[in-house]
Amino acid sequence: MRLRRGLSRALLAGALGLTSVFLLLPEPAQAEQSTDDLLGKVFEAIEGNHLDQAFSHVEALLRAKPNFRLAYLIKGDLLLARGRAIKTFGNAPQGSSRQLDDLRAEALVRLHAYRDRPSQDRVPRYLMQLREDQRYAIVVDNKRSRLYLYQNENGRPRFVADYYISTGKRSGEKTREGDEKTPVGVYHVTASLPRSKLSDFYGSGAYPISYPNEWDKRHGRNGHGIWLHGTPSDTYSRAPRASNGCVVLANADLDALSKKLQVGLTPVIISEQVEWLSLDDWNAERNALNAEIERWRSDWESLDTERYLTHYSKKFSAGRETYSDWGRHKRQVNGGKRWIKLGLSNFSVFRNPGKDELVVVTFDQDYRSNNLSNTMKKRQYWTKEGGKWRIIYEGAA
Amino acid sequence: MKVRAFLLECKVDPTCARKYNTMHSFIRRTALGLSLILAAAVVHADELQDITRMMRQGQLPQSLERVEKYLAGKPRDAQGRFLKGLILTEMNRASEAIQVFSKLSEDYPELPEPYNNLAVLYASQGQYEKARVALESSIRTHPSYATAHENLGDIYAKLASQAYDKALQLDSSNTGAKTKLAMIGELIGGGTRAARAPARAEPVKTGEAAPAKAAQSKVAEPAAAESKAGQAQAAQPMALVEPKAVESKAAEPKAAEAANKAGGSGAETDELVKTVRAWASAWAGKDVAGYLAHYAKDFKTPKGESRSDWEKLRTQRISAPKKIEVGVESPKVSISGDNTASVTFRQIYSSDIVKATGTKTLVMVKSNGKWLIREERVN
Repeated sequence: MRLRRGLSRALLAGALGLTSVFLLLPEPAQAEQSTDDLLGKVFEAIEGNHLDQAFSHVEALLRAKPNFRLAYLIKGDLLLARGRAIKTFGNAPQGSSRQLDDLRAEALVRLHAYRDRPSQDRVPRYLMQLREDQRYAIVVDNKRSRLYLYQNENGRPRFVADYYISTGKRSGEKTREGDEKTPVGVYHVTASLPRSKLSDFYGSGAYPISYPNEWDKRHGRNGHGIWLHGTPSDTYSRAPRASNGCVVLANADLDALSKKLQVGLTPVIISEQVEWLSLDDWNAERNALNAEIERWRSDWESLDTERYLTHYSKKFSAGRETYSDWGRHKRQVNGGKRWIKLGLSNFSVFRNPGKDELVVVTFDQDYRSNNLSNTMKKRQYWTKEGGKWRIIYEGAA
Repeated sequence: MKVRAFLLECKVDPTCARKYNTMHSFIRRTALGLSLILAAAVVHADELQDITRMMRQGQLPQSLERVEKYLAGKPRDAQGRFLKGLILTEMNRASEAIQVFSKLSEDYPELPEPYNNLAVLYASQGQYEKARVALESSIRTHPSYATAHENLGDIYAKLASQAYDKALQLDSSNTGAKTKLAMIGELIGGGTRAARAPARAEPVKTGEAAPAKAAQSKVAEPAAAESKAGQAQAAQPMALVEPKAVESKAAEPKAAEAANKAGGSGAETDELVKTVRAWASAWAGKDVAGYLAHYAKDFKTPKGESRSDWEKLRTQRISAPKKIEVGVESPKVSISGDNTASVTFRQIYSSDIVKATGTKTLVMVKSNGKWLIREERVN
């Protein structure tokens, strides 16, 4: 018995830093067994001292994913445990400690993901409003090495699946080219690069995203080529912190995801750590902002330029225009108007992850007036100043 | 599962540390005879003993010829077929040896040795999964068959190592090939030192590759080294015995040195005599547990019965008399290695039931610094 307990402790308490025994494990909702479900079963069996069972689970996992290095590491431990008590997770004497640390880190994030599945009645704070034609949205949690896929259900996000990912080697928000960090912000998929055009390194495909966005540029952030992409053929997955800033998925996961991606449409929101809201809180947040947007619209229609300008931050800028340029210009234009009719539709509203209160609003604007009419796709960045939402950037999307 | 139950039970015994030897000690643990099972039933012992002697002297083709002639008259004879398998192994004709041993294990599934040797041959070819299955069969037939347990521990370690290589994307095909070659070298009639040298170098190297883990492996290795030597010596009848010096170098140089110094023959002789006297006094004191604790895990029971049967019998014999006296007179110690020795003495036994005096030889093996009885011979 010493041996078995030793292994459980080593695997679950020592190496993974978990101090208490987990009580209830939620049954995975999907019928199909994901890698992490299978891996979770392995850990569960180890925790329950059923080493034979753990071994057959890990064998099953390796049959399904023959390149899964982490599973081999566990298999090695389980075999070794038949001969002697083992003290740590990943006993491979032949490995460099960095390689082993990487695999341990992967084990840890995968185990956390298995045990802490996203709850059905909580949603990521960022997905405030999905546009009708955006069928899916992606939310990335950098710290937990996880990508969450949400489906648009009448504007409301519904959880579909989540996947293990690798992100930038260095933690923190990307600011400079070559800083090996993954950006944090609201982006979307801009292209699809087929496997045939890529080297093996990118696996089954690649989807560039819109980094740097307007907000990044405004803050002088540079760099480019941030992609969602697959994994080289010699491994099933990479370490949690392995990329130069890209978001890397297992090829099978990328393939599953690619069926849902719409180039130019699908939002990819990358956070350091996802904030979750109850549906009530989520509703309250989006209603408050929607009301503010509606006030902005009606104040513009009212031709009361000063009231309209109260919706803009003093720090507003759009291209080279500052707040005062904008005010002067609006006063001049509105002075020549007898009436304005403003129709707004096809909203998408995404909160920018991070401590700044910032929301990206994109919509179709149908502008009519006595002397000019036009329609455009517009993007605004709203920020909260002294408890009030104000526009800090506005431009064509 | 029965196999693990035993291993777990075994865990409690510190002597079990020896199960975790490096892979390279496999070959010396080829089962060398069917003594466990058939010793009593051997009919043509003389002929087979002659052939065995020839094999040991390196007259391999001649011994093969003779054993085949012998088998022509007794095609089903387990002892003879087993010897043929050994000779073929010695001749480096692994696939033929595999055939012999696998047929033998089919015909006599109750014998653990053919499975064990089959496993060793598979392992020498890098077929560790097959080796594992064979060893598990061997243990199923004889749960207390220590050699098979030791080999199985090694196979698990090897399989673990392969899994780790895959986890770390090391090229295990290369190291696998090296291991295989080294093993074949070891199989040839006792082998030359030169042939073994590359195999020896390997475990040390892998140990060094991970300094962080060194502390852990250092604890395990000295014990392993000791028992390896013990194994080799105890398996005496064959020329497969490894010279000690090489043996010690293989595992942990420092520990081995220390063992050499501490184990100077004078001190060791005293220690052995002391152990034998302690054994006798446990027996005389009717201290069954103390008495049984003097026997190695792989003690060769006199009639090849299972360990538990033997223990039952001994318990009964020791408990039955009201009073026992055991005298040990003029003990003669012969040390044949760092970890093996034999002590021959005049045993004067008397109880209220029976009196007996005779010469006894205890074949001793040192495990974890303690001398244990591996075999008990009445001359």
